[in-house]
Amino acid sequence: MFLDKSRQLRQNCSGQYTMSKVNSAANEKERKHIVKETETILKRFTRKKQYLIPILQGVQGKLGYLPRESMLKIADYLGIAAIDVYSVVTFYNQFRLNPPGKHSIRVCLGTACHMKGGYITLDAWKRRLKIDSGETTPDREFDLDIVACVGCCTMAPVTVVDEKPEGQVEPTRVDGLLLGFGYEEGKKEKEKSESK
Amino acid sequence: MKASELPAAAVFREIKERAESHVRELKQNKTYIMVGAATCGRAAGALDVLKAFREEIKKHNLDCPVIEVGCMGHCYAEPIVIIGKPGYPAICYGYVNPVIAERLVNEFILGENPCPEFVIGALEANDMLPSFQDFPRAEHEQKIVLKNCGHIDPADIEQYIAAGGYAGLAKILGMAPQNVIDEVKKSGLRGRGGAGFPTGIKWQYCRDAKRTPRYVICNADEGDPGAFVDRAILESDPHSVIEGIIIAGYGVGARYGYIYVRAEYPLAVARLETALKQAKKLNLTGSHVLGSDFSFDIQIFQGSGAFVCGEETALIASIEGNAGMPRYRPPYPAVQGLFGKPTVVNNVKTLAYVPRIINNGAEWFRGIGSRESPGTAVFALAGKIVNTGMVEVPMGTTLRQIIFNVGSGIPNKKSFKAVQIGGPSGGCLPEAALDLPVDFDSLQNAGAIMGSGGMVVCDEEDCMVEIARYFLEFTQRESCGKCTFCRLGTKQMLELLADFTQGKGKIEDIDLLEKLAGEIKAGSLCQLGRTAPNPILTTLRYFRQEYEEHITLGRCPALMCQDLIAYYILPDKCERSCDACVGECTVEAIYSHPKKRYKIIDQEKCVKCGTCLKACPPQYNAIVKLSPPSEVPEDNLKEKAQKSKP
Repeated sequence: MFLDKSRQLRQNCSGQYTMSKVNSAANEKERKHIVKETETILKRFTRKKQYLIPILQGVQGKLGYLPRESMLKIADYLGIAAIDVYSVVTFYNQFRLNPPGKHSIRVCLGTACHMKGGYITLDAWKRRLKIDSGETTPDREFDLDIVACVGCCTMAPVTVVDEKPEGQVEPTRVDGLLLGFGYEEGKKEKEKSESK
Repeated sequence: MKASELPAAAVFREIKERAESHVRELKQNKTYIMVGAATCGRAAGALDVLKAFREEIKKHNLDCPVIEVGCMGHCYAEPIVIIGKPGYPAICYGYVNPVIAERLVNEFILGENPCPEFVIGALEANDMLPSFQDFPRAEHEQKIVLKNCGHIDPADIEQYIAAGGYAGLAKILGMAPQNVIDEVKKSGLRGRGGAGFPTGIKWQYCRDAKRTPRYVICNADEGDPGAFVDRAILESDPHSVIEGIIIAGYGVGARYGYIYVRAEYPLAVARLETALKQAKKLNLTGSHVLGSDFSFDIQIFQGSGAFVCGEETALIASIEGNAGMPRYRPPYPAVQGLFGKPTVVNNVKTLAYVPRIINNGAEWFRGIGSRESPGTAVFALAGKIVNTGMVEVPMGTTLRQIIFNVGSGIPNKKSFKAVQIGGPSGGCLPEAALDLPVDFDSLQNAGAIMGSGGMVVCDEEDCMVEIARYFLEFTQRESCGKCTFCRLGTKQMLELLADFTQGKGKIEDIDLLEKLAGEIKAGSLCQLGRTAPNPILTTLRYFRQEYEEHITLGRCPALMCQDLIAYYILPDKCERSCDACVGECTVEAIYSHPKKRYKIIDQEKCVKCGTCLKACPPQYNAIVKLSPPSEVPEDNLKEKAQKSKP
């Protein structure tokens, strides 16, 4: 039985440690924008490795994610290997490698939220947006992610929608929130067919 | 040295007088409104309430300050508002919304009706309204670190100073640093981060390490899901923590301080930034603090969301710009820490106690709580409990008193099942352990830990296997990957538990799980790995039969594990002409029986979200959860087959 388990384990490990995909700028215009914004942030810091995380936070604050161009630029500026930047980026939950959506949905999965059905809420978001956590909808309207705890456990289950914590978010409230954004299931397709 | 002592006291006296006159101007003989607007309040709509008050005050052209304060700890009743009016005791209102805000201004501030229907309690005893002193919880509560929370404006340093703040700092500037450490040692203060290491001894190690510069780091990386005390303190009373850091800095002879705070707490970061600016302006930090020889600067470092960074060596690695992986200790950070220099790392709560200890003396602190664990314990009460929020009780208070007297017990007439203390590193304690007096050592013996103060109450509807799985999923995700036992072992345990919750486990797996838990405990480097098996070990110890039931019967006794339950509408109870569940179902899985019209759940479509259960009007109460799912009567399934035929 142990052999059995260890084989399973190896498979899991290979799955767990696949490299996260790094995104690059889609076109020259975007590339220039990325480089410009990264350089503005870099100017605020001296060339010390201890500033790596604050720099990354600054760049992500501006761009919403960390594209390849930014990471290379930062590595170059601090005089460290690009892989070291990548290692820090992928270690911390805060940093993301894919571009964000227009609205960010963060489902709290803290203890209190979990017990009051946070996982059910997460399922509801996934079902409605048709994406998995950590992903962005193809139209870049929403991105869905989980957060360990936002510290308002008394409002459980909590979803942070565009930085604003919403309390008691149950599946029906998910629909309500989406409606607030003018998002209705099948609406896009309907509009498309109407305009045709 | 002597010459520099006097100016500090004199400079501070001047600051204090100014602050007191400012607060007198603000509050004395005047009506004032305080709105609790920490994250918990904001989530409940405190900002709208704040706006409503401001507009209403402006409309009537009243001279009445509307003050934004932090969290009082009564989070269940957010948004909370305190109104002080001459001739009345200060009154605390709960569940306020903009409409109530308008009424309060019109009827209480303009009129003489204190609107008792919205009152939670008056702040002091009086013969008009019930006060907090009359609550059963008042008997057990004793506030030290939460004293100012919700009563002062965190963005106004003068209110903190007028409430006695920074007096400790002014006092120690006239003392020798060693005396400061001795005072903290004498008080018996133990680190509130979870392990309970004596703070004074830690400071002594750092002071005795000869190298300079030394550092003080405030650990505000509260990553423990279910704990929010540090956030509340930083948002409601940031200056008390800052004062604590400065005093620690003076004691150990540090020049720089860091506050390592989670980026997920944006409001706490903002409040700290404001507070640091104000402190610097009054020369409470910076070079030559209050004109003395002591110079100290504090900066904020935003953590990037890694639970393991709550471990001090990982936290230090993170500030240095590396991935936050813990390292072997010794050397302890107090000897060799940030940038290789002696560093004291203390938790937010620990540092918030320090100014109070300096002000009131070590003896006063020793007089509170139990012998081995003096002082108070601060818990974040959450989960299935009536009064969610923060509580501060003397060490040695029993769990029963905290849960039933302070927290008012379990809502919805459910019965108590377990209490989870200390988050992913802690454990679940059953009913039998409720008379345990809470302190560092007693909790450890019971298999839990004090941790950072998360206390989550579970009722009969919470499955212990699922809770253990949940915590393990968390630690597994947050394991930094350095030690094999933690990296692979937690993964292995998680899989076993996931099997249990899906009804796929084998009975001998329970022993395997226990064996693995012991090995991970022994083989991991840092506390994350060493305590990761705690939730499993305690649930196995106290709720073993629940594990067995999952495996042998495929049944979840608490009806929580989604793979082991099914929702079922009792045909006899269903009202038939009511469509509440059909309308609410988010996946359109409910339909009417073609002839008899009672509702049926399509088990294949059902996602088990429980919305229908809440939607079914209480007078019918027709929807039940069944476990195992095979309990759903077969004819109910057959109806479906008939339906799908045409």
